[in-house]
Amino acid sequence: MAEPNLVMVGVNHRTTPVEIRERLAFTRGKIESSLEKLVGYPEIVENLILSTCNRVEIYARVSNCDAGINLLKQFVSEYHNLPLSELNKFFYCYRDEQAVEHLFRVSSSLDSMVLGEAQILGQVKDAYSTARALRSTGMVLNQLFEKAFSVAKRVREETGIAERGVSISSAAVELARKIFEDLENHSVMLVGTGEMAELAAKHLISYGVKTVYVASRTYERAVKLATDLNGCALGFDQFEEELHRADIVITSTAAPTFIIKQAMVERAIQQRKNKPIFFIDIAVPRDIEPGVNDLENVYLYDIDDLEGVVNANIKEREKEAESAMEIITSEVKKFNNWVVALDAVPTIVEMRNRAENIRRREMEKTLRKMPHLSREDQSAIERMTSTIINKILHKPTVNLKKQTQSQEGHVYLKAIRHLFHLDD
Amino acid sequence: MGKIVFNTAIIGYLGASVGYFIYLVYRRPLVSTFAAGAVGVALFAHTVLIGLRSMETGHGPYTTPFEVGLFLAWLIVVVFFVTEWKYHIKDLGSFVIPLVFVILLFSGFLSQEVTLVEKSESQFWLTLHRTLSALGYAAFSIAFAAGIMYLIQEHQVKSKKLGIMYFRMPSLEVLDDLNFKVITIGFPLFTLGFLTGAIWNVKMQQGLLHWDLLKTWPLVIVWVVYGLVFFGRLFAGLRGKKAAQGAILGFVAVISTYFLHV
Repeated sequence: MAEPNLVMVGVNHRTTPVEIRERLAFTRGKIESSLEKLVGYPEIVENLILSTCNRVEIYARVSNCDAGINLLKQFVSEYHNLPLSELNKFFYCYRDEQAVEHLFRVSSSLDSMVLGEAQILGQVKDAYSTARALRSTGMVLNQLFEKAFSVAKRVREETGIAERGVSISSAAVELARKIFEDLENHSVMLVGTGEMAELAAKHLISYGVKTVYVASRTYERAVKLATDLNGCALGFDQFEEELHRADIVITSTAAPTFIIKQAMVERAIQQRKNKPIFFIDIAVPRDIEPGVNDLENVYLYDIDDLEGVVNANIKEREKEAESAMEIITSEVKKFNNWVVALDAVPTIVEMRNRAENIRRREMEKTLRKMPHLSREDQSAIERMTSTIINKILHKPTVNLKKQTQSQEGHVYLKAIRHLFHLDD
Repeated sequence: MGKIVFNTAIIGYLGASVGYFIYLVYRRPLVSTFAAGAVGVALFAHTVLIGLRSMETGHGPYTTPFEVGLFLAWLIVVVFFVTEWKYHIKDLGSFVIPLVFVILLFSGFLSQEVTLVEKSESQFWLTLHRTLSALGYAAFSIAFAAGIMYLIQEHQVKSKKLGIMYFRMPSLEVLDDLNFKVITIGFPLFTLGFLTGAIWNVKMQQGLLHWDLLKTWPLVIVWVVYGLVFFGRLFAGLRGKKAAQGAILGFVAVISTYFLHV
């Protein structure tokens, strides 16, 4: 086993439509039984199943890569009752270094639908702890996944991949936090009860906003949403006089004209002694006069502005993904070195077994021809042959161990395996 | 000896300025550690330098423009460290340390001759005046850096062009707050420095009429600008962009005053 023989078979949102993906998913209870089943195959040494709504991937260490990949494919097809001929076009398969790189990309969220999203790392961690609890992973996969987590952490810390909000409401929250820092002591006012406004408000509340005002043309709706958000309902005619209480104002009414005008905001900002106000206008047609943004300490973003921010953020994340790839490439190399060093041991064991087998066979042949030897003589010959083998193999063993710590380790391993004919 | 120490400090601040700037743009944690280390080394050299100078002259570093520059730069770094430690404001160093570097570099071109001062009663007032003023200026320099950062950040949010600095720099509230805090500390110190300076002048020359007007009126302007920012904030809700602009304008006046004194 000179190679780690890592393989990965999977489908994801890019290769496979959702109607196939949902049929291939392994739900929580099914994962455990599948892992156990896979461990039962003699070809599979270690395995792990990652199943999320966007991907189903099986990572395994196998005795032979090609056979292992086929086995995994077949397993998925049989397990989910879908013909392999149909599934084949959706599968992607990687082996060794490529499989390692793929996992590092997945856990660092470079392979996600929304680049840099945080969820996937948690899902990979869950998959790992499930497999670990069942002992379906061993030394190599354990090391591989632990490494994947630290790579993901490095990518998050050293690149801006997760830094920028890529949804309207997260971009709005980010802006609010660049204006106000800590949202806890700040208040939000909803004018209109649109769905997007509600979503943005909930997002703000999750970041600590405590005071919520809701104004709507239909007072009942204001009351209902205010109850939901643990806030306070205002009549539509009230919001203007209360405007100065709000640090963040989200508008989403169906009004055909501007309902918040520059002069109105000017008054509010004076009442607030110039404390900033952040207006988020999600309504189309817009609710807030654009000139409001010209006032000092007032910031106005309409839906197009926010979309512009989101698009720019997506582009930035793509740029950051490139520097993330540099980190991943170097980490794959490091992991590979570890694997190579690790693999000296089984090779040495195999080499010694091979020699021992030859010795034993030859001993048997010789002793059969020499039945007159006493027990003591027999064991003396036994000891001598063992010593010869040990002495011959001693230097190669030591040197091989030493060489596998170096960059060219795998070359030595390959040579030994080839010279001793260990791979058939 | 003095030359080597001076160069160590200068190179340290230059290295730190570059480091902080790289950190501002590329966010490599290692670079920020390097920058903080470089400031530490530079500050140590800087402190040794002031000590050596004081031993040589027999008095504190407030007599010649060279000494004042040295002392002011040193105080700015100390105040910067205190601010960093208290408020953890990311990237303040990218704006403060280059300023320190420039002040020190400029001081290096000034005459380094030692002037002897006679011991007298007025010496006490002079020392007090210089120390209080320098502390005030150091606080103002932090307000200046915070003001510049505020304007950059405000411009980005207002214009809706959110560049790399938008993500790296602190929020407007934090920057505005820092501006207020350091001016609240700096303005009274500077005022006291101004008053003790006047007392010293009176003692030296027995009369206010002999004041060097050319050297005094810029100080009055500095006082008026920071006074407007300080009292404006307290009583008229002056904040945000105007406060940041005030802090920058005030510091430009401070620099001009320094040049007039030189």
